[in-house]
Formats: sequence, C-alpha cells, structure tokens
Amino acid sequence: MDSILEVNNISKLYRLGEIGTGTLGNDLKRWFQKTILQQQDPYLKIGKENNRNIMEEGDVFYSLNDISFSIRQGESLGIIGRNGAGKSTLLKILSRITSPTTGSLKIKGRVTSLLEVGTGFHPDLTGRENIFLNGAILGMRKKEIARKLDSIIDFSGIGSFIDTPVRRYSSGMYVRLAFSVAAHLESEILILDEVLSVGDFEFQKKCTDKMNELKNAEGKTIILVSHNIDAIRTFCKKSLFLENGRLKMFDETNLVADAYMRVHHEGFEYKTNLVEIKFQSKSFDIINFGIRNGECPPFDKPISRDKSIRFEFNYIKKTVAENNFVVFKYKDIEGNYICTMDSYNQLLIDKQGEGRVVMKTHPFFFNTGKYRVDLFIHGIFEDGVRPIFEQRDILNFEVVASTMLFSENLGVDEGYLHPVTNWRIEENNQV
Amino acid sequence: MSISKFLEKKDWDIVVDANASFFSLKFKELTHYKDLLYLLVRRDFVFIYKQTILGPIWLFLQPLLTTLVFLFIFGRVAGMSTGDVPKPLFYLTGIIAWSFFSESLTKTANVFTINAPIFGKVYFPRIIVPISNIIGSFIRLVIQLVLLFLVMIYFNQTAGFKFEFSIGLFFLPFLFLLLGIFGLGIGLLFSALTTKYRDLSHLLLFGVQLLMFASPVIFPLSATPKPLIKIMSYNPLSAIFESIRFYLLGTGEVVGLNLLYAIVFCIVSLVLGILVFNKAEKSFIDTI
Repeated sequence: MDSILEVNNISKLYRLGEIGTGTLGNDLKRWFQKTILQQQDPYLKIGKENNRNIMEEGDVFYSLNDISFSIRQGESLGIIGRNGAGKSTLLKILSRITSPTTGSLKIKGRVTSLLEVGTGFHPDLTGRENIFLNGAILGMRKKEIARKLDSIIDFSGIGSFIDTPVRRYSSGMYVRLAFSVAAHLESEILILDEVLSVGDFEFQKKCTDKMNELKNAEGKTIILVSHNIDAIRTFCKKSLFLENGRLKMFDETNLVADAYMRVHHEGFEYKTNLVEIKFQSKSFDIINFGIRNGECPPFDKPISRDKSIRFEFNYIKKTVAENNFVVFKYKDIEGNYICTMDSYNQLLIDKQGEGRVVMKTHPFFFNTGKYRVDLFIHGIFEDGVRPIFEQRDILNFEVVASTMLFSENLGVDEGYLHPVTNWRIEENNQV
Repeated sequence: MSISKFLEKKDWDIVVDANASFFSLKFKELTHYKDLLYLLVRRDFVFIYKQTILGPIWLFLQPLLTTLVFLFIFGRVAGMSTGDVPKPLFYLTGIIAWSFFSESLTKTANVFTINAPIFGKVYFPRIIVPISNIIGSFIRLVIQLVLLFLVMIYFNQTAGFKFEFSIGLFFLPFLFLLLGIFGLGIGLLFSALTTKYRDLSHLLLFGVQLLMFASPVIFPLSATPKPLIKIMSYNPLSAIFESIRFYLLGTGEVVGLNLLYAIVFCIVSLVLGILVFNKAEKSFIDTI
C-alpha cells in the first residue's frame, strides 16, 4: 500500500539568543550574503547537533536533523523522546504550524492537529457556537459541523449547558467539549500531543475508545506524542525515537519502546532471569533466581500488568539447625522500599537439601513502574529471627500497562501496588 | 470522501517543501476555509462589545466624541479652515474614514502577535485572519456611515452645505475598498516585521498618528499647511480622502491622475504585502 505521509530529510534550524533587538544588523548581513551575493548563510553551522548542554548563546542549532520516514494509511505512529529531543518541532512541522528549514513533507488527505485542547475557544461564546468556531479552525466546513452537531454534543456529555457561555464551564466540561469536536473531524490523519492526559477517568476511557474506533473502524492514521510510553505501546504500531534532533530508531513500537527504556533510564537494566547464577552463603545457596511467566519461557522484557508474576528459585539448604522462611523486599527505582512479602505463615523450609520455591503475585498486583527486589532468607533461631542469606538488588523488573486494555492504567494506578481486597455491600438493618 | 477513494489518487494533497517558491500561493485552500472566515467575522463583531456597558452604541460615540475634540482643538483653538463645509460634518467624515483605514492597518500589522496562541497550535491559512479583520472593519464602517448620513441630514440646507444626490455616490464603496486595500497591504508588509522586531508595532502606532497629519483628514487639500504640500502630493491617501469628501460632501476635487496613482499604489502594496505575509507565516512561530 502507498504511504499516506512521507517525510524526506527534514531539518529544522533554530537560532538561539535574543530575537529582535540587536539582531537587525545580523539579519541584514545574512540577507545580503544569502540574497545578493548568493552565498551560504554565514550563521549556519552545518552538522551541528542539537545538544543543549554545549550550546553557546547566539548559536544556531538543529532542533531536527535530517529526519526521514513514511507511514501507511491506518498505521499509527508514536513519537518518543526526551524533553528537547525535537518531538514538538516535528509535530509542528507535520501539522504545518511551522515549516522545515530543509527537506519536504508530503501528505495525502487532510491533517488535523490537536496540540492543545480547545484552541480558539472564545469564553463569551456558548458551547454550541464554540463547536462551530473550533471546528472551523480545525478545518471543518459549517455543513459538516451542523451534521455532526448532535453527535458532538452527545459525546461531550455537556447536555443542557450547551447554550451557556463556556467561561462558566468547569475545566472538565471545557476539555470534554473540545475533545468531542476534535474526535469528529473528518481528516485522514490526526495528530495528538499529550491530550490524552486530560479529563476524568470515565471520559478518558471514552476518548481512548473513540480513538480506537477512529483507528480501527475508520482506518484513520493517528500520530501520538506522549511521555507515557505505555500509551504509545498499546496504541501505536510503529514508533519513532528521537534523540538530540536525530532519528535514532524507527521500527515496531515494542522494539523502539524497549530501546528507549534502556537508554532513558541509565543504570536500569532488566535483570529478571539469573540462569545458572549461584549466590552462596554459609548455610544457604540460591541458584536460578528469576521471574517466570506462566505461559512464556524466561524473558527479559517488561511484564504486562494483567499477568501474575512468578518468582522462582532453586536452593540448597546446608544445615538443619533452624527453620527458614523467604523474604522479598520490593523497592522502587530510587531504592525506596515499597513492600515486603514473606513466607513465614505459609512456607517454612525445614528439610536439608535441594528444593524449589515459587511465589506468585495476583494479576494487577504491581502498578506500572520499575521495581528492584532484595532477597533474604531468614532463620528462626531460639533467640529470635535473623537473616542467614541476603542479596540486595537481586532482580530488576518492569511492569507495563496491559496491552489488552488501553485505558486500564488511567486514574486507578496511583502508587505502586494494587492488592486484591475484599469488597461487599452490607445491608444496613439498623436505623 | 472515503478513505479508499482518496487512496486511489496518486498525487499528494499537501506538499511542504523547504525550497518552495516565494510565489507559491494557495488560493484553492482558501475556499475551503470560507466558513471559518464567516465565523471569525461574526465572533469579532458580535462579541467585541459584549463586555461593555453601552455595547454597540460605542460605534457611534467614538466618532462623535472625537469630532467634539477636533472641533475644539483644530476648529476653535487652532482655527484651521475646513473650507465651505460645516466643521462637524467635515471632521466626522474624516474621522470615520481614517479610523477605518488605521484600524485595518494596525490590526493587520499585529496579526501574528495577537493570534500567536492560535497560530501556534493549529494550521489554517493565516491570511484568513487579516481578511476577517478587514471585513469586520468594513461592517463597522457601514454602520458609522449611517450615522454620518444622519448628521448630513441634520446639516442639510444649512451653512453652506446642501446634500445632492449624484451618480458619484456609487464611487464611494470603491473608494472605501481602496482605503481598506491600502491598510491591508501596508499592514501585511509590517506584519512580517513585527514578529521579529516587537518595537515596530509601537513605532507603527506612532507612525499612523503622524500619517494622519500628513493626510487631508482634518483639513482639505486646498488648505494644506505649506510645509506639508510636498508630502501630500506623494501620499496616495490624499487623492482617496479628497475623492471621498467630494462625492459625499461636494467639497474638494477629484484629479483622475492622482486617483490612478493611488490605485496603483494600493494594489502594489497589497501584492507585496501578500507575498511577504505568505513568506512570514511559514516560520513566524519560531521567532514569536
């Protein structure tokens, strides 16, 4: 199939330093050299990288440097990168807010960009009037808007407030109305910048459902920029990884996201499977510690939140003097302890020799994030309990949003854990 | 258009090329956005006076109050002649036409700065906004002209003024159009510069005020102070203002050659303005 969007060797150059006063002279000089003498821009430094640490004032730098890629119809694209990697610049070029310094861009069909929710909303206009104005700004014809008006109002859930000036709206209503307009645009390519992170949970779900519908049922192409890698992972087939204005990687999202995670969190490496690695102590040896997932073979990648996680290890108990139990201590990426799990009430190791310990969490126990594990084996002695084996940071692993449910991580994943608890409604017979 | 349908087409709908020609204008695109134009005009017009106590009455009060001030300063204190026409009528005509022109110019010149929040977030042909401004100014002009006609009726048959219906009245829309085109053209030329050099918009405000005294607004061309005569003859506004007054009030003169000069001047400024604007809209957001 043909490409719907083609980007060829796009670069974007910015000049640092003061804009306006003081540069008129330079501007004239540049203009004279470029236009009259037909020479190269004297202020242009070719091949300079967009590295904000080594920049001098008054310099020029590439916010984007020689970017080329193309996407096909219905193929959603995620754009990943740190702050300042050039994501926003690329979005601005794709949505034609600014133009590239060099290179070209070709698009089939209409493009709508939603870099901000409710662009052009006028506080004094009513919701209905703003639907028309906002829709027109986003490129819709009046007739189109009129045809979809009911659907837009319905989707926004604004109801009878639709004829109230939007300055009286709550911020939630405002956002809901704005997204509703955008969701009903008849464009083939939709560009979204972090707009998913607005509104309440219920509306978020509606938005993501709508986006899935646009993507799957209507075959629209969605370009999404987000710091939320999980959102990109679940939503975009392909991704583009920008670093210092250069295209570092353009591939299937899972590969790109993994690469980004490896680079982005320096020092964090997945350590989920320690095959044939033996930790020894005087009375206890641990071997083959790892996380196994029920269906999959040992793996070295993020774990989906909806899976239960199986921690396993083989041990050799060398003494019979005391009973032992296992303690796992979980820390976040910065080393703060989150929780401790021990086997004291359920599993005591009392026999000498080899064995295998398996511990399983229930699905959704960990929220998305990166975790580190300390392993302890405690001995129950006559004078008390004390550790006889300890290995800190024995494992690192990451939990990511479920690939099945795009919106499941929105709003209900504050904190680290999501333990199963008992809930019920009790009839209250007392008055 | 369905997705499958447009995929059959081989050619691209949107092409952005860094090396595109200076003269590549997208007129076809404009027709797609004509509804936006309508909505912007409506927004500006309906809601500009919504937060004020007197509302649309300001449309009348503004020129009337300014006329009173002019009557006092230029008429009484400075004792400047306005020819045969009653002074209030002369000033009011000049003020209404001048405010139309200066509004067109300054609004257009600052279009990037004022609309940066929208321009920075969504693409549509930027020229839509200055055009909507001009249309808005035109509507205000028409309303104020109604006021002028009322005042003309009041002064009819008094003190040297007699309203005569002539075929020349039909030239008025054309003359005001010319005025609007001139304001738009110069404004577009400056719009590119005000994004880079902010102080230009202050300078421009001052310049427009000066220009009023270098144009026959508060005095007829025939009563121009000596040192200004040379400037007046180069100023395309001279011919336009004289003609407007000639057809409205029956004073002044219309010189065909001067008017032709003004027409050429206006059209050249508009064409240049559009080209400069077209160039500036591509990357102004980087400097603003």
